[in-house]
Amino acid sequence: MRLSACNLVPSLAGEIRMHIMEGFLPPLHAAAWTAVSVPFLVFGARRIVRITREQPQLKLLLASAGAFAFVLSALKLPSVSGSCSHPTGTGLGAILFGPSVMAVLGAVVLLFQAVLLAHGGLTTLGANIVSMAIVGPWVAYGCFRLARPIGLGLAVFLAAMLGNLATYAVTTVQLALAFPDPTSGFAGALVKFGGIFALTQIPLAIIEGLVTVVVINLLIRISGDDLWQLGFGPRPCRVTEVTT
Amino acid sequence: MTRIDWTLLGFILILVTAPLLLPVGGHLDERFAGADGQAQEAILATHPRYEPWFEPLWEPPSGEIESLLFALQAALGAGVLGYYFGLRRGQTRARSAARAAERAQPSSTRDGTE
Repeated sequence: MRLSACNLVPSLAGEIRMHIMEGFLPPLHAAAWTAVSVPFLVFGARRIVRITREQPQLKLLLASAGAFAFVLSALKLPSVSGSCSHPTGTGLGAILFGPSVMAVLGAVVLLFQAVLLAHGGLTTLGANIVSMAIVGPWVAYGCFRLARPIGLGLAVFLAAMLGNLATYAVTTVQLALAFPDPTSGFAGALVKFGGIFALTQIPLAIIEGLVTVVVINLLIRISGDDLWQLGFGPRPCRVTEVTT
Repeated sequence: MTRIDWTLLGFILILVTAPLLLPVGGHLDERFAGADGQAQEAILATHPRYEPWFEPLWEPPSGEIESLLFALQAALGAGVLGYYFGLRRGQTRARSAARAAERAQPSSTRDGTE
């Protein structure tokens, strides 16, 4: 299955990227995705302003959530398909602060990569924000809320993993919409892009899920106060007893 | 770090290294490539008349400069994370130590200080 998929489209198999390249969405598509992203950015920015004003103690944790996305999206990891891709790191912030702030933090990461690394692009920034900074975090947040009753670790893992996969799913849809297959149309392009994306991305999504669980465990141990302020997770009784 | 965390890190290590050790990607021109041109090629293969209508304003002049910037990106993020974790860890420890000292004090002196 893997070999056949790769043999059908050899030129794509070695190249799985999170971000759509500069100039590679038709102007109408680029404008439409940008328009979709704007309200989320405005809402996210207002939320960040509110958090930093009302709970200044959380500023550092918010910066760390952004930093986590910064690190993870710089790490291009090998996958079993024989190509490389990178995690998103947006699940952590979505779990901690809710998905809206990640629109802004993810956009900062994407802007850095578009301007300095020619990775992604300015015309495709809107589309990439929608996939990585909006849909990914919202899926992660939704999964976390749904799976939370099962157990914290599992919920964090599923949230970060599925948020990562959702990002790639959206990128696939965006590309298939812009470049439908000449014979089989949108559906054909979706299957073509999607099959390869899935193969490369599933192991990396699992890695992102595991890393996020480790970071949350670390936060619970050393940063119970911040998590408590967020109304997140278990009571910080382990290291900071609730004495008052 | 608890035993669970170490186990998870072990899994991560296996998942990252396994593709490098397994004989995968042999059918590709270049294993584990992330070449920028290939996605363009794929799109142009089915849409030969599509012309990218915008070029990156600036591109890293070489692979070395690109990896410099990627390393910079990771270093900046890791620096912030390290600062946060170190700070909170120190604060949490100092607070537990202070509480332990408070508990160890005889109750009479504690009343005196209050």
